[in-house]
Amino acid sequence: MNPTSDQHILIACGLNKTYTQRSGRFGFGNSKVKALDDVSVSLRAGSTLAVVGESGSGKSTLARCLLQLQPLDSGEVMFQGNNLAKLSGHALRQERRHLQMIFQDPFASLNPRMKVRDIVGEGLLIHEIGSPKEQLDQVVRMLERVGLKTADLNKYPHEFSGGQRQRIGIARALVLEPKVVVCDEPVSALDVSIQAQILLLLKSLQQEMALSYIFISHDLRVVRHIADDIAVMHKGKIVEQGRVTEIYAAPAQDYTRNLLNSIPGRKPLAA
Amino acid sequence: MTELLRIENLTISSASAPEQLLVKNVSFALERGKTTCIVGESGSGKSLTALSVMGLLSDQLQRQAGRIVFQGTDIAGWNNQQLRNIRGKQIGMIFQEPMTSLNPVLTVGYQIGEGLAVHLGLKGAVLKARVASLLQQVGIPPERANSYPDELSGGQRQRVMIAMSIACEPAMLIADEPTTALDVTVQAQILRLLDDLKTRMHMGMLFITHDFGVVADIADNVVVMFRGEIVESGSVNEVLNNPQHPYTRALLDCVPDVEGSKPLKPIDYAWLKTGVVA
Ligand SMILES: Nc1ncnc2c1ncn2[C@@H]1O[C@H](COP(=O)(O)OP(=O)(O)OP(=O)(O)O)[C@@H](O)[C@H]1O
Ligand SMILES: Nc1ncnc2c1ncn2[C@@H]1O[C@H](COP(=O)(O)OP(=O)(O)OP(=O)(O)O)[C@@H](O)[C@H]1O
Ligand SMILES: [Mg+2]
Ligand SMILES: [Mg+2]
Repeated sequence: MNPTSDQHILIACGLNKTYTQRSGRFGFGNSKVKALDDVSVSLRAGSTLAVVGESGSGKSTLARCLLQLQPLDSGEVMFQGNNLAKLSGHALRQERRHLQMIFQDPFASLNPRMKVRDIVGEGLLIHEIGSPKEQLDQVVRMLERVGLKTADLNKYPHEFSGGQRQRIGIARALVLEPKVVVCDEPVSALDVSIQAQILLLLKSLQQEMALSYIFISHDLRVVRHIADDIAVMHKGKIVEQGRVTEIYAAPAQDYTRNLLNSIPGRKPLAA
Repeated sequence: MTELLRIENLTISSASAPEQLLVKNVSFALERGKTTCIVGESGSGKSLTALSVMGLLSDQLQRQAGRIVFQGTDIAGWNNQQLRNIRGKQIGMIFQEPMTSLNPVLTVGYQIGEGLAVHLGLKGAVLKARVASLLQQVGIPPERANSYPDELSGGQRQRVMIAMSIACEPAMLIADEPTTALDVTVQAQILRLLDDLKTRMHMGMLFITHDFGVVADIADNVVVMFRGEIVESGSVNEVLNNPQHPYTRALLDCVPDVEGSKPLKPIDYAWLKTGVVA
């Protein structure tokens, strides 16, 4: 698979996160949801760690907490040996460039009033990477690599289809040449051809720049192709973790076995 | 075999560039109790086709031509008022992006109950029980009725949309990539739920997906779209096992295998001879 080392670029230890529900008027009381329950994961430099698990098991929460986009109740995230929570202001902004996220809901994460050129180029501008001309060239190159066109530069998000929007989000994250990208369902809205194109793009960037990915996905076929390691989440906990090849061959947990057995198209639908 | 929906020569362009067609001459029919899956290229016009059935195309787009015959009546020219009476009640719709179609300031319980109150006149404890049961059926604990959309996970939002769309047991369901955010176990549960409505209520379903595993599991018929046009349609068996159009064949070739042994290879459009002009 990928030329990975055993050196870890991102290490998360004992992460906890509980949400308290606002009480609604629907007549049920206040409730708490434990989204992360003592979660520890580590990402080997230059490798891809897939996070799979039931809907609502805490994957997106984990993604956001790893990148400090959301506060943790407790736990630590170390990026290249630095505790991210202890960084502030300038230092955190510096590291941000190297930690990018592809969001699960592309539309909600794209500013509707910005043109594609500005959405994708914003990071280059903020981090002052290259001249305006170079920035535009980079944006164009990245759009092409995700299968969009130069003519799309001046369009707004609502002028695109679901899968095209998802690719705008992918271009925005990758154009910064980050070190770690957390991808939350990055290819779920794409046809299988574009999906293959994006997966190959992620892999070739990984080879060129030793990128590391955390790859959240429901598609276990995609995970098999892209990931080196896998962590299986269930109700806020990691229930199984290891090399993809080993876990696919011999899942230890019932829950994991059930996931692997439920891949659609492999057996008839039966109640 | 009773026809539920027939789309004839549907053609859509943006209002500002009427010569650039986004959907060209699309025609197909759907029967009661059957499922038609629309598959195809990203950006090929699948969502626009679905939205136009509901009369929900954005103002920047226009339907240049075409008939949309639902239960024997051409509803293509209907105004909003007329459409509102059948939306949600006779035609349910699950949109591709839940966050854009859920109201952020209303609880999901309220939003699921809205159609039941408006169309079926349910209220009070009966309404509440029905909402709880719908949430249960899509695998969300009923107490989450209290939650606002931004307090739910991606897949939970998608399931709230599903619950809303089937609340009134519509004659037809239009589902635009309804399970993309669901893991395979929850997805199987949802597909069984929809399948049950199909057999029990003879619901017809128009189901857009990129997942050929799902197509194999649920489709009776398949429509393949490429660059705004239908390039192939037929029974699920015909299309998956004996695809005729070069694009369909190329697309099926890209489906990843679960063993990870087949190399990832996107379609080489330069070599694809389709007869469809870009
Ligand atoms: N408001 C709009 N203005 C201009 N073009 C639009 C608009 N909405 C959609 N389009 C274009 O119409 C084409 C068809 O869009 P549609 O959303 O139907 O694609 P789709 O087949 O659903 O794709 P996907 O699988 O990516 O969701 C796309 O090329 C898109 O860019
Ligand atoms: N802001 C919030 N307030 C309250 N509860 C929340 C909030 N955000 C998420 N949750 C709950 O926390 C749990 C984990 O959510 P999360 O979005 O991390 O799940 P996920 O694994 O990404 O699921 P999916 O696969 O459906 O996207 C869910 O039960 C969800 O309802
Ligand atoms: Mg999520
Ligand atoms: Mg679409």
